[in-house]
Amino acid sequence: MAISEIKLDPGTKKLSIISFSGDFDKLTAVFTLATGAAAVGYDVNLFFTFWGLDAIKIKQGRSAVGKGFLPKVFGIFMGGLKSAPVSRLNFGGISPNIFRYLMRKNNVATLEELVEAAKVLGINFYACEMAMHILGIQKSDLIPEVKDILGVATFLKLADGGQTLFI
Amino acid sequence: MANYKLDITKEHCPMTFVKTKIELAKLKQGDTLEVLLTEGEPLENVPRSSTEQGFKVLSISEAEVKGTHLVVIQK
Repeated sequence: MAISEIKLDPGTKKLSIISFSGDFDKLTAVFTLATGAAAVGYDVNLFFTFWGLDAIKIKQGRSAVGKGFLPKVFGIFMGGLKSAPVSRLNFGGISPNIFRYLMRKNNVATLEELVEAAKVLGINFYACEMAMHILGIQKSDLIPEVKDILGVATFLKLADGGQTLFI
Repeated sequence: MANYKLDITKEHCPMTFVKTKIELAKLKQGDTLEVLLTEGEPLENVPRSSTEQGFKVLSISEAEVKGTHLVVIQK
């Protein structure tokens, strides 16, 4: 997307979130804020960079996603949405499933449900060009809802006039 | 004109708003949506955000179960 193509509506409320972390709990915060904001009428932009890209890979488990040996190793270790660790007390990967259990038990949306809601609500998904380049990730490795691959300048233009968060 | 119903009394943030938004998106001009919700954030924000998005809040009334309310929204 070229910066000149971006048309901003000054009357629309807007939230843009830089999703840096691939942690289960932080991604839950990203998608909770994003879906909540979209549901009450905000335009929402999600910009996934570095480990945040794990959340939007087509392959949600551990797989050798990435072009080249080292990116594939990263891909296997990091995995996708289903293998996201929690940022504290991960207990070797058991904790995310405990969280999923607690979320279902308490009738709170799970991370996967929030991601699906984000798609239904038409939230804008963008991926960071530079991080994709480093990690050897192709656009074809990412879910089709990803609208575009962006650099910093284009993201800043998209976020202009709204609220921006880094998670 | 159709009348739709939605119960979000068992839901928590953000799904209270998400489910309301998805149902509101189905309405055609003149259709109404009855939302059963709890006190607190849903009662404060569902009518407000619906109004902000161009819908009309026809009524807000106490429902049978204590602490729940019925909000009628029209497109």
